[in-house]
Amino acid sequence: MIGSPDVVAFTKEDEYGETSPDPWALPEEFSIPLHPLADSNPWAKTSYAKFTKDFILISEFSEQVGPQPLLTIPDDSKVCGTFDLNYFSLRIMSVDYQASFVGHPPGTGYPRLSFVEDSRVVLGDSKEGAFAYVHHLTLYDLEARGFVRPFCMAYVSADERKIMLQFQELSLRFSRASECLKAGNRRAFAKELQRKLRDLEYTHSVLQREEGLQREAGPQCMYSAHAVEKANELANVEKSIYEHRDLLKQISSYHHRPRRDPHAVSCQKCVTECLSECEVLLDKYAKLANPFSYSDKGGKGEEGQGRVGDERGEEEVDEEEEEGVKRKLSYTPQLIKAKSAKCFDKRLKTLQELCDNTFYEATVELLKETEKSFRGDLCYLYTRRLDRALRRKQKVTNFLFEEDLGDDDEDEGGTMRPFCALNHAVDNYTLLNPPPIVLEPELLELDTLEPPNPPSETGHAQEFCELGLVERHLDSSPSDQTLTTQESSEETKGSFSSDKSGMGPAERQQNLASMMSEAPDPDSDLTPDAEHNTDLERDSSSEEVETTAGDDEGDQTPVSLLEVSELEASREDECDGGADGPCEIESDLLVPIDTACCMSQDGFLYEASAPEKVPHLSQNSHSQPGQTLVVNQEPQAQLPLQDDYTVGSPSSESPAAGLELPVGLLGDAVSRTSAEDGSDCTMSASTGSDRAASPLGYGGVVTLRQRKKAGQGALRFVRQYPFAMQALWCLLSGRTLVVLGADEGRVRRLVAALALFVPAPGRCGERVQAWLSCPFTLTDLQRWKLIGLQRVATPVGSSMLYSLSRYSRYISILDADQKTLRCPPYRGQLLANIADHRTYIRRGSTYFLHLQSTLCRLAAKAFLFTFTHHLHLPVSSTEGPEVVEGRRRCFLQEQLGLGEEDSLILLYLSQLITQQYLQPGRSSAAATFSFNYTTSVFYKI
Amino acid sequence: MFRWILGGREAQGSAEKSPVLCIGEEQPKNCFTELQVLKGHFDIVRFLVQIDDFRCASAGDDGLVLVWNIETGERLQELRGHSQQITAITTFTCDNGVTSHTSLITASSDRSLSLWDPDTGNRVQTISDLQSPVKCLLVLERLGVWVSGGEELCVWNKDFQLQCHRQNHSDTGITALIELPKNCLAAAMDKEIVIYRLTFSTDSSLSVAEIRCLSDHQDQIRALINVNDGLFASGSHAGELILWDAVDWNILAYEHILWEESQTCAQSEIRLAAPKPSEMSIQHLTTNGKHILAAVGSGLYVYSVLTKTVVAYRKVAHDSNVLHTMLLSDSALMSCSEDGSVRMWEIQDLPLPAEPASAGFFGMWTFGRSNKQTGPPSKKVVDVPNIRTLELTGDLIGHSGAVQMFVSFKENALVTCSTDHLLILWKDGERQSHLRSLALFQKLEENGGL
Repeated sequence: MIGSPDVVAFTKEDEYGETSPDPWALPEEFSIPLHPLADSNPWAKTSYAKFTKDFILISEFSEQVGPQPLLTIPDDSKVCGTFDLNYFSLRIMSVDYQASFVGHPPGTGYPRLSFVEDSRVVLGDSKEGAFAYVHHLTLYDLEARGFVRPFCMAYVSADERKIMLQFQELSLRFSRASECLKAGNRRAFAKELQRKLRDLEYTHSVLQREEGLQREAGPQCMYSAHAVEKANELANVEKSIYEHRDLLKQISSYHHRPRRDPHAVSCQKCVTECLSECEVLLDKYAKLANPFSYSDKGGKGEEGQGRVGDERGEEEVDEEEEEGVKRKLSYTPQLIKAKSAKCFDKRLKTLQELCDNTFYEATVELLKETEKSFRGDLCYLYTRRLDRALRRKQKVTNFLFEEDLGDDDEDEGGTMRPFCALNHAVDNYTLLNPPPIVLEPELLELDTLEPPNPPSETGHAQEFCELGLVERHLDSSPSDQTLTTQESSEETKGSFSSDKSGMGPAERQQNLASMMSEAPDPDSDLTPDAEHNTDLERDSSSEEVETTAGDDEGDQTPVSLLEVSELEASREDECDGGADGPCEIESDLLVPIDTACCMSQDGFLYEASAPEKVPHLSQNSHSQPGQTLVVNQEPQAQLPLQDDYTVGSPSSESPAAGLELPVGLLGDAVSRTSAEDGSDCTMSASTGSDRAASPLGYGGVVTLRQRKKAGQGALRFVRQYPFAMQALWCLLSGRTLVVLGADEGRVRRLVAALALFVPAPGRCGERVQAWLSCPFTLTDLQRWKLIGLQRVATPVGSSMLYSLSRYSRYISILDADQKTLRCPPYRGQLLANIADHRTYIRRGSTYFLHLQSTLCRLAAKAFLFTFTHHLHLPVSSTEGPEVVEGRRRCFLQEQLGLGEEDSLILLYLSQLITQQYLQPGRSSAAATFSFNYTTSVFYKI
Repeated sequence: MFRWILGGREAQGSAEKSPVLCIGEEQPKNCFTELQVLKGHFDIVRFLVQIDDFRCASAGDDGLVLVWNIETGERLQELRGHSQQITAITTFTCDNGVTSHTSLITASSDRSLSLWDPDTGNRVQTISDLQSPVKCLLVLERLGVWVSGGEELCVWNKDFQLQCHRQNHSDTGITALIELPKNCLAAAMDKEIVIYRLTFSTDSSLSVAEIRCLSDHQDQIRALINVNDGLFASGSHAGELILWDAVDWNILAYEHILWEESQTCAQSEIRLAAPKPSEMSIQHLTTNGKHILAAVGSGLYVYSVLTKTVVAYRKVAHDSNVLHTMLLSDSALMSCSEDGSVRMWEIQDLPLPAEPASAGFFGMWTFGRSNKQTGPPSKKVVDVPNIRTLELTGDLIGHSGAVQMFVSFKENALVTCSTDHLLILWKDGERQSHLRSLALFQKLEENGGL
């Protein structure tokens, strides 16, 4: 495999030049920047690319016209803009990745098919501002030179690091697409070969007959020039038949060949299918042992029919062959001319023809999905991935405040889908149209498989294929991860530094959405266009420019680039090793590394958020200790919990230290920064780090968007209502909150905002009722934790008021119209952080992240509390319940520093965790309804 | 309290008229901090019986009998078979030395009787062609028979074979049955209590004979209970509470409970002015052997069996009629009412004896009846120092209809049933959370870590 860094290093020399400053160069302020915006803007790199979004380009190296682009995904001319696809195709196809070895290798008499492994290269074109992951592959074409047609699929992006750091993932997905294409191609190729063989056999028979006629005509003709020519021709045809039969043999033995490509996807099911397919083929081959037996039947066919029914013909042939050559032929074999046409005369097959159409479509589908999954900038992708990885480790408390990972899993699985769903798709297809191909493995599959899933469904079939592969691509190599974090930390910092201007990308996008008729893609808000628009819209302060400049500097650190190459090298090693055996990484490895990421990122952030320019070397050295520290400490948390729980004294810190370390550190960091200066800038920066550390609420793009919007509502609520803290406390401590109002929209908005605070809201928010216009009952209270209630002045209304007053002990009532709240008094400090109406946070998404980090810390504390043995059960038999009670109180008050009311939050969360742990299947709505008898007080604005 | 919700335009009049005490939302002594709503019935749930330590059966007007696990709130069995409302339900325990098995006997308005196995949900026995619906059931475990009462009194053996029966001449039929010593039964029929005796002949056939008819009540008898081995008590619609000797069926005490508005009224006036009978109707009687707790109208009345005096009372304990009561201990009691609430009370000494009593202090008024001299004369003088108060310690609000009945499973749970078709399982939240923690660590150990 060609190491991609070489290629990139070559194209990236300008950046190297930039980062090792020439002492004699002009000071920056005197130099005229090449791209005025480029240096002051973290998105500068993308700004001069001629396309707006990443896209996938498929090109081929045509033997007639050279490199040419075939299609782009998304198939939209706007995507590429003025970007010259032809030129770029030339660039990416000009990489001679592996000389196709064609022709007659010494020692064999027949032409060999070259089984070329795919190659993966990262290329850059700094002039165009385009970088690409390029995946070369070859497809077989009987008519092509050497039977091969080189193609490539490229993921084109303006952000080079995005490609570099997503290399594994890109490689995996493109490999899958490539395998899909190649599988279809092999099928089509075999089909073509068979047709050719048929033609050859026919030709052979015709020639034989002619020869026989000649022979009958008399011996004088035997040695005439014509006869000799005929005999030669016959010999040629025979040779050709043998060659083609050999080719058929080769192509059918494709799966027996060892794969050197670590990314070569081979689904076990498919392999077995292909093996059986080969058997069928070989049987058939034996049947055709006498290639000349064909003559009797096809001989009389009119030769003039030509290529009219080509497509139909092949179908017929295959069917006919399946049925054992019983039926009358409607396909007329062609007489093969002795000399084939010149290669420039013939029309080359299109990609679609080269591959089976179904496979082609599946591939396109796969690539579309790939394109979709890589939308957004690197930072976004990384945090999302970190989120997922971490949230998988947090199974016990995830249900509390986070979106369900189920769809994420599907999403992850979705990357596998088309590959195997392809088979299903073919299944469906074959049900409609009888399979035209002899080598159809799916025929066998039909009866052995479960009912075919439509491709739109998330296939579960893929789960049993390539489980190891999933694992692998999720985990990737440790070195990769480490680098990843450094990169992403910079990225995080970069993107959040722009927040200092007072608007985040997400909200900016929201704002934009109102102005623009067409709302931009949620992920595209970081694309240069949107960025520039908003840059122009807002007046950027000087300090913003300053800081972002510093950040930009950090972006282009040579250190990181060096590490890229290091990474690549190490990954190469890894892959080489992995090619031999299963290249799986212990899943245990992941967590320490991931946490290490967060930690290092954390340290990194605070380092980087300093306004002055930080030397790169020190940056590096700063990040390293953080990593080693965490890697050293983290495994403690990996020990089975019981080991930590056998602690006698409540004051013993060791379980807490082991378990709470990351959160605690982060928490300290957050409080520290927010204490130092409560500006939104540091807040957002710290939430940025927390966001990476606390995988919260990144289920799907849409829901994330909704939740961010809800975050805006929540922020508004917090700023507007001085008793917001009490309301939030009610929700978090499990007391049902009824939002009472006459205006439905208002109540719904309020409920949507407050729903962020409902612990364990359920998969689809079952515990929240946005709008209720009838009196509620106790059952409703048990089911819902947040209710929007209509205030009406009718008899219904009075009965509603009756139910309100009747159940007043179980609920808190927030009157949206009169802005009052009736709930138990809360004087705690735990929520001051998220419910400060003088907060400096201005944007909903920022507040949302801030909120998520706080809630995540709460969940972590609740987890610790729940699973700490001595806080709930006596350590020795002599201890009474009051000792345990005292210990629990001591833990809550002194170790966690929670007051009476704050403890209620933790107790409630702990109760939810316990219930969830004991009955994972049962939704918490079915569980019991807890409350306590306290007086309520009345808050007004 | 909710004036602010109404926006200041409400006329809050009726609520302030009734002097029902309200404890408010702070109830430190109320340990029921967790509840679970059990759904399953389609009509009023009237009866609850405890099967064992963790099971209870509920029955109601929908003819369904549901068996619940009160630890989990799970519905264990659904006993279907009766086409009309259930009129009586009782448990029937067969103890054959080593194992004891509890079955359920139900009676329904469809004039059938059924024996159910609550473990399997099977209808073991059924008798469907009764002449009249059965209104009450009594199991005489000592004799191995059970008795059904309605318009006729029937005695059945374990295998649902009719041993003997006796027709009654009363219109209302038997409304309550209790067991008395010496194989006797007391049956409440309208205003009378009839004593029957069961006699076993030599050929082990059983016969029932009416021995005595006690007609001292002046109104319909609503409640009939055993107090202890030597005493039983009855209460009537007119507020008469009579304590009887269980052996010779003499009146030991007679109390006429009248809720009196004012101490100054003359006795006769009080009786004449006695308001609607339901206000002083004895709906329910319960006892722990030492005290008798009577639900009188919407009030509660605690009577000491030993001193034959009133211990404590509260005229207006609920907003509406009290339907069921229970003495939890010597000083704690519980009541449920048509107003949909369950209230917990504590019998407390008066904080200061010298403190002027409330207006209803002498609301309870006892007198001896001149025409019946069999019983000892009741005390006319109320011992003021002995009177204690019933203090509300907590209330459970959850049902939206009248709470018909409740069953206590000690510290485990309290089950209430109501006309709103629901059962509610009330639990001690702290205890439950402790139990859950135990289960959590047990599961953690089984799983070998998280």
